Amino acid sequence: MDFGMMVAQLGEGMVVTAEIFFLTLLFSLPLGLVICFGRMSGHFLLRTLSKIYISVMRGTPLMLQLIVVYFSPYYVFGIKISAAYRFTAVILAFALNYAAYFAEIYRGGIESMPVGQYEAAQVLGYNRTQTFFRIILPQVVKRILPSVTNETITLVKDTSLAFVLAVVEMFTAAKQIAAKETTILPLMAAGVFYYLFNLAVAAFMEYLEKKMSYYR
Amino acid sequence: MKYLEIEHLKKTFDNLQVLKDISLSVEEGEVVSIIGPSGSGKSTLLRCATMLERMDGGSLSYLGERAAWEENGTCVYAPKSELKRIRKSYGLVFQSFHLFPHFSVLKNVMDAPVNVDHVPKAEARLRAEKLLGQLGLADKKDAYPHQLSGGQQQRVSIARALALQPRILFFDEPTSALDPELTGEVLKVIRELAREHMTMIIVTHEMQFARELSDRIIFMEDGVIRQQGTPQELFGNPDERVREFIGKFQA
Ligand SMILES: Nc1ncnc2c1ncn2[C@@H]1O[C@H](COP(=O)(O)OP(=O)(O)OP(=O)(O)O)[C@@H](O)[C@H]1O
Ligand SMILES: [Mg+2]
Repeated sequence: MDFGMMVAQLGEGMVVTAEIFFLTLLFSLPLGLVICFGRMSGHFLLRTLSKIYISVMRGTPLMLQLIVVYFSPYYVFGIKISAAYRFTAVILAFALNYAAYFAEIYRGGIESMPVGQYEAAQVLGYNRTQTFFRIILPQVVKRILPSVTNETITLVKDTSLAFVLAVVEMFTAAKQIAAKETTILPLMAAGVFYYLFNLAVAAFMEYLEKKMSYYR
Repeated sequence: MKYLEIEHLKKTFDNLQVLKDISLSVEEGEVVSIIGPSGSGKSTLLRCATMLERMDGGSLSYLGERAAWEENGTCVYAPKSELKRIRKSYGLVFQSFHLFPHFSVLKNVMDAPVNVDHVPKAEARLRAEKLLGQLGLADKKDAYPHQLSGGQQQRVSIARALALQPRILFFDEPTSALDPELTGEVLKVIRELAREHMTMIIVTHEMQFARELSDRIIFMEDGVIRQQGTPQELFGNPDERVREFIGKFQA
């Protein structure tokens, strides 16, 4: 196999990796906020359930969660699993897992907000929704950006776990080529790909941080 | 007309009774200063009056409208929609400003009128610019709070409160977070408001200021109003505790 073909095959894996990455963020970022609301709710049952959810999602391997999400429709509901469900299961498991981490990051950010911001908003007549979305959330986003960057960089590398469900993302593609051609070159190339991907992620997050640095 | 009426207000924080039967009414145009030692309950009184804190007993009305009253030994509050309307009758200026750091000065002042009172944007902007001009902040409207001095930040927060056109303005030690040279510029603004007959209730440690500006001074101690009267009455004929307190400021 020549170098060009190897890059092409890795490229296909790369597209899958990017899909997992972006779809996971798309679903887990808002879902994390919902779980965070549950976790911070005054409702005991809601709060406890959210706490258990976060604890389980953070306390068990993502690899196991992928398997559970993939097989549970069959074992729990007796639904026949189609091949197309594989990719869906990957996204579902990743989103559910990352949402738990994001929920805790949000909570940390929200709890770090000075109570004076809420009180000023209340006296000015903002309702709770307005207070949260106009006053609190924008400031929380700025505060949590560094932690979100960390999580996002971990996600880029975690995408390789999709191999458990035989979804051929970049790392799996690299391993397959490496095994067939008995060379570690594809693995090295994959490493470079991950690194470049994360370089781009870090650059984008830095841009966001800069954009929000107009205030303190 | 009675702008604010508080009767038999009681407030307890975990077994500590901070306010014991406080009654206070404020007439239109009146400037009332509240003085007293640390921990006497001045802030708590303001926080109960502005509904940042729930009262445990007593009643609270603004412009004759009841916000809270006592029923079977507990304090009940008016329905949410009524409270929302009643809240429009007052503003509060905090000791540490609590400006919104992510909003420019202009947005700090016009955001609530636009989003809470639904004032058209253009009108809210005019109103905000006019207020900022009056408070000597015309050239700061595009700045962000962290770029301003404490005195400027406090003036922005006064503008922010005034932009909603409240009938009563509460101040909780508006100059305590400021250096002496910045205190003057904020006191000047409050003096200006008094001249325009703004109804104000001011918690302050600035004795001289309270004395020259107030129609009435209230001395609080241990959760009760110990003495009150015109500045002449209070400073001319202080009871023993008041004399001791005032004495500390002259030393
Ligand atoms: N949220 C709270 N929980 C418990 N105790 C409180 C709370 N807020 C105030 N207190 C207590 O109530 C008492 C009165 O406090 P308050 O802040 O009203 O006093 P103050 O007269 O404003 O004092 P200062 O001049 O220092 O501002 C104090 O003993 C204080 O510790
Ligand atoms: Mg106080």
